[in-house]
Amino acid sequence: MFVRAARQFLLLELIKGFYMTFKYMFKPRVTINYPFEKTPLSPRFRGEHALRRYANGEERCIACKLCEAVCPALAITIESEPREDGSRRTTRYDIDMTKCIYCGLCQEACPVDAVVQGPNLEFSTETREELYYNKDKLLANGDRWEAQLQQNIMTDGPYR
Amino acid sequence: MTEFWTDYLFPLFIILGKILLIAVPLILAMAYLTYAERKVLAAMQLRQGPMTVGPFGLLQPIADGIKLLSKETIIPSGANKMLFLLAPMLTFSMALVAWAVIPFAPGWVLADINVGVLYLFAISSLGVYGILMAGWASNSRYAFLGGLRSAAQMVSYEVSIGLVIICVILCVGSFRLTDIVEMHRPWWMTILLFPMLIIFFISALAETNRSPFDLPEGESEIVGGYNVEYSSMTFALFFLGEYMNMILMSAMATILFLGGWNPPFGLEWAGWNWLHPFVWFVLKICLVLFCFIWSRGTLPRFRYDQLMRLGWKIFLPFSVFYVVFIAGILLYTGNLPNIADGVK
Repeated sequence: MFVRAARQFLLLELIKGFYMTFKYMFKPRVTINYPFEKTPLSPRFRGEHALRRYANGEERCIACKLCEAVCPALAITIESEPREDGSRRTTRYDIDMTKCIYCGLCQEACPVDAVVQGPNLEFSTETREELYYNKDKLLANGDRWEAQLQQNIMTDGPYR
Repeated sequence: MTEFWTDYLFPLFIILGKILLIAVPLILAMAYLTYAERKVLAAMQLRQGPMTVGPFGLLQPIADGIKLLSKETIIPSGANKMLFLLAPMLTFSMALVAWAVIPFAPGWVLADINVGVLYLFAISSLGVYGILMAGWASNSRYAFLGGLRSAAQMVSYEVSIGLVIICVILCVGSFRLTDIVEMHRPWWMTILLFPMLIIFFISALAETNRSPFDLPEGESEIVGGYNVEYSSMTFALFFLGEYMNMILMSAMATILFLGGWNPPFGLEWAGWNWLHPFVWFVLKICLVLFCFIWSRGTLPRFRYDQLMRLGWKIFLPFSVFYVVFIAGILLYTGNLPNIADGVK
């Protein structure tokens, strides 16, 4: 009992705690200065969607609607009809980004690697309407991120 | 007419200048104290702290100040308008007024009165009225609880601070702050007073409502306590007052226990006199302030009954005992300061 009282009176526990925080002051930081520094992303990162094209500029999507069927959040809406040359294409390909849960099932279901989730995670908007992506927006995304998308698919492909 | 100029107006302007010379750097120091606090806390939690505004976030306090001042002052409709506005002013001015007697360096003091310690003690006691008024005038439950807590807390810890100061006065034999600093203390006296420094520091934490005794604010329980209803300039004044009180308490600790502007550890004989006394004073204040922030980064908030138990059942008996103890030792070794010849 005496030892306990002495220990309390000499504030030993407090000194230990203070030593702890003092030591931590000189440890390296674990946070980064976000908008200026960024953490590395995995090639499997599931960010903003994109619709890809072939190298000759032809869009990959064949309107099989597998992604629409598999989407658990019912975020994808597709309408399709034959084009003049007889091939089947989408006339409408909408993704409601406010519904999307970024599960990645659409890109796994796609037989031609047309719809993919890219590395972009900074696509916040000021209005809700801007998040209802249509085909043009998705194709534009595909054009913008194509180099990196290709890179990611190549690095990740062997493990799929 | 010339007498009016030379005897009245001219000294008035000099004093006004001196006041500005103290107040403006103080407010600046306070602004950067908030920055230092955020940075040190961030470092202790392995974060970065403010980094965006200016290099290393150095302009952050200025940005914060501009933000606060450009906001709207909201006065709740149920509030007692006059008291509501008076409270932050009182807190702020009390924190500022106390600096009149603080000696920064030999001769650098606005009012070298012979009861400086009592003056400081009185002013810091008055500071509680601002918070109490704020709590009452806001007409809000949280603010009221905060005000009550703060009143009880400050009153209980003031008692032990008083006894701690008595210990120092016993050793020095003067209430004048410059005397306390200039009085040469034998090394054993510093060691003898060390436990009192700890008690003074902990009581100062409670007195300035700092963590771990920040129950009057208690963000997680009473959502900001006495300053829930305050915004803009009125909030800024509370904020300024709190940090100013922190600096004031650090200055008091420096003057009473750490030897004021004298170089520490007897360095003056080792040729460390080239640094201006003022620099030593500021460095010592910074050290104590760091301890303030350090304890915020280390300790969780006390429960209210624990706070009261610590104040009344541990600190009070201990400091009463210590007053007797110190008096006994001084009497026994014949070091009791002789009021008759020693002190002006």
